[in-house]
Amino acid sequence: MTDDQDASKPVLAADGTPLKQSLNRALRRQKLRALALIAPLLLFILVSFVAPIGDMLFRSVENSIVMETIPRTVRAMRNWEPDGETLPPDEIYAAFYTDFVLAEENKLHTRLGSRLNYEASGMSSLFRSTGRSISKFDTTIYGTQFTEADAAYGDPAMWATWMAEKDNRKALPLTASAYEGWAEMIEDVKDADPATKKLSPIVYTALYNDFASGAVAPSMPAVDVSGFETVSLREQFGAVKADWLDPTTWTVIKTFAGPLTDGYFLNAVDMLRGPDGIEARPESQRIYLRLLWRTIVLSVTITATCIMLGYPVAWLMANLPNRSANVLMILVLLPFWTSLLVRTSAWKVLLQEQGVINDLLVWIGLVGDLDRLQLIQNATGTTIAMTHILLPFMVLPLYSVMKTIPPSYLRAAKSLGANDWTAFWRVYFPQSLPGIGAGSILVFILSIGYYITPELVGGTKGVFISNRIAYHISSSLNWGLAAALGSILLVIVLILYWVYDRLVGIDNVKLGG
Amino acid sequence: MKLRHLFGATALVMSPLAATTVFAADLPACENCSDSMTIMSWGGAYQASQIAAYSDPYAALTGITVVYDESSNESIAKMRAGAEAGNSAYDLIDAEGPDSQRACDEGLAIEIDADASLAAGDDGSTPTEDFGPSLINECFIPQIVFSTTFGYRNDVAEWNGATPDSLCAIFDTETFPGKRALEKRPKKNLEWALICDGVAKEDLYTVLSSDGGVERALAKLDTIKGDVVWWSAGAETPQLLADAEVVIGSTYNGRLFSVIEEQKQPVSMLWDWQVFDFDGWVVPAGLDEKRLNRTMHFLKFATDTQRLADQAAYISYGPARASSQPLVGDHATLGIDMGQHMPTNPANQTNYLVNNIEWWADNNDEVDIKFQNWLAQ
Repeated sequence: MTDDQDASKPVLAADGTPLKQSLNRALRRQKLRALALIAPLLLFILVSFVAPIGDMLFRSVENSIVMETIPRTVRAMRNWEPDGETLPPDEIYAAFYTDFVLAEENKLHTRLGSRLNYEASGMSSLFRSTGRSISKFDTTIYGTQFTEADAAYGDPAMWATWMAEKDNRKALPLTASAYEGWAEMIEDVKDADPATKKLSPIVYTALYNDFASGAVAPSMPAVDVSGFETVSLREQFGAVKADWLDPTTWTVIKTFAGPLTDGYFLNAVDMLRGPDGIEARPESQRIYLRLLWRTIVLSVTITATCIMLGYPVAWLMANLPNRSANVLMILVLLPFWTSLLVRTSAWKVLLQEQGVINDLLVWIGLVGDLDRLQLIQNATGTTIAMTHILLPFMVLPLYSVMKTIPPSYLRAAKSLGANDWTAFWRVYFPQSLPGIGAGSILVFILSIGYYITPELVGGTKGVFISNRIAYHISSSLNWGLAAALGSILLVIVLILYWVYDRLVGIDNVKLGG
Repeated sequence: MKLRHLFGATALVMSPLAATTVFAADLPACENCSDSMTIMSWGGAYQASQIAAYSDPYAALTGITVVYDESSNESIAKMRAGAEAGNSAYDLIDAEGPDSQRACDEGLAIEIDADASLAAGDDGSTPTEDFGPSLINECFIPQIVFSTTFGYRNDVAEWNGATPDSLCAIFDTETFPGKRALEKRPKKNLEWALICDGVAKEDLYTVLSSDGGVERALAKLDTIKGDVVWWSAGAETPQLLADAEVVIGSTYNGRLFSVIEEQKQPVSMLWDWQVFDFDGWVVPAGLDEKRLNRTMHFLKFATDTQRLADQAAYISYGPARASSQPLVGDHATLGIDMGQHMPTNPANQTNYLVNNIEWWADNNDEVDIKFQNWLAQ
């Protein structure tokens, strides 16, 4: 700063604007340019990473299927408190009957059955078999009696006009809702005009219930229903399957009627929401914690074997003359570039009971021909094959760290009197730790979510939790449970990462010089 | 037993007529159709027989491309996923009877009027008469009667000359040591386990429906759990048997025919308690017009009398049409009489089961969960 400049005035840039402002503008422009450059990646991450994870977390608690499939029942159940002993009142059966007939026509009842089956075994077959008989329910007498009382009730066109009137709909809530559901179904499924189709018994059943409770429709003929012959829907349901006369069935429906559920997460930790609150699942159904534990134990084992096998290789690669190191490097990279499936299938051929390794062991006399080792279809197979597949992920970070450790440090340690072991352990090893850290975190996180190799060589004893997730996504289609298991896995990885950061410090992880 | 009549008919009328491939000259051209289709089937020798008998001739006739996918053991799941996504990746799906029932119940497959959509029999019968009891539901166009049964290696030294002559040999690890191959699905395994646990054939589904019935079957399977290799594709057992990885294993009888007669492996058939089932086509719901037209056109061609008879020249499954049965003759390349290799041959049909389609359609979901949990433990 020169003497002729006033200290209180701002410093000006060449174009006359204050320097600070000009600098800010330049910085802002730079930031925007940088943002534009990373924008495609940011968008990609949002679309392909953040959104799916959000969707997964949402799916693990989402439960709208009950409300969507049997809305009238859910509404009717609002004021019913299950006590585990009494059956729901008749109006719930009536609402359920309407819902069920419509769901069956729309072929949605099996989906709801499958959903509830996750919570209580037997629901799926209950819904399926009821679906097969629901159209044979003996409820036609209501329609007959209404038509006898006034012929207009048998005319679909009249119904269409009545139901178009707001006052009628308001006066007869059950009928309106049943008619609306039925008309929608006729249009969607049968592709026909409801004004020309014979009405379903569900509409007359609902109409009877509305009239029986004293409702009066402004522009529909009044009918005295007190003398009507009635049928008991409760008995009809009970006749199809006795489960409909079991309060537990209704308790399950009520418990899972809400739009959100904790059922999937409870299932993922071997619990369930029973009539008396949260309880453990029966012994024979407890598998997820066991699988989770197995996944963690095997992943730790695989990480440990990778360190044991990879460390000497990386050390050799870092310390041999370039020519031999390059050969070693190629040997590490070649399998890395080979397809995962090829390598896994190769292990299948090598490890099976009549395979190369067992043949060799028999030939040199280590094991008898009759007691060949079982090296595949179990945890051993998974550990061997996955160690081989993940080894490069350990060797490469180790190598890149070791490459930066000057050999002179070891020489210096030895010249100061350390023996080989002390020099390695006190001088070389601590410097290679960041490489071990990076390799371990890579190998562990990759292996905890591994799927294809355990599926092929793991049999039943060597499969991971991810195989279970895959099963629920592609076979059982219990996506909610798969999402809950996936969320738990995600949380475990985040916790481990945090612990690791606390213990080792993530800054110490080095993937390169 | 309703099926009995059909099975008997298949076996009796096997005559050594050479299967001739005649193109259906009266098949009209396909109007407004897609020019390719994707079929989901079971892979291996079975799919090869379908390609040889149906899709290659069809492709030659129409010039379209037919692509196969081998995931029929997950057909229901894939159809559900397709319905959820609003777009089916498949134009036609090959499914077992109970699976077709499930697909129909769930609205995943369309209902097909057999008389309106399929070709009449060569003998002039309507499709409904011709297919008869094999039309098990409205969504199902049957192709074959097959059975799931066991094959065993006949050169196992540790068996000391014993050969399994009953199903329960799979549970007898003392006399017949070695690994077994069983399907990674509960269907059939549970029935077999109960039979060997002393349940009578007519009580099977009563026991399975009762409390603890499934658990009883699983407890029986528990006794050999450590000796089992679980397969999920029909081609695995023949491979495992050929590799001597297993000494006995279940699979479809046609696959065993192929490994024994075509590949000449030291494997024999065990027909005891074979489980009969129908296999056929289902058309997924929600196909657009062009794809649906193509699929229906192919269906009409692939299920006519001659085509079903042709398939039996490549694999030992009985055609589902009565009118096809007199046309079944010798194997296309080996020249052996297929009659004796059919599951319905009276000599092979002493003890047998028929899959209870309705029971499995109703209960598969919950039994499968129990079974998979048991497997994972």
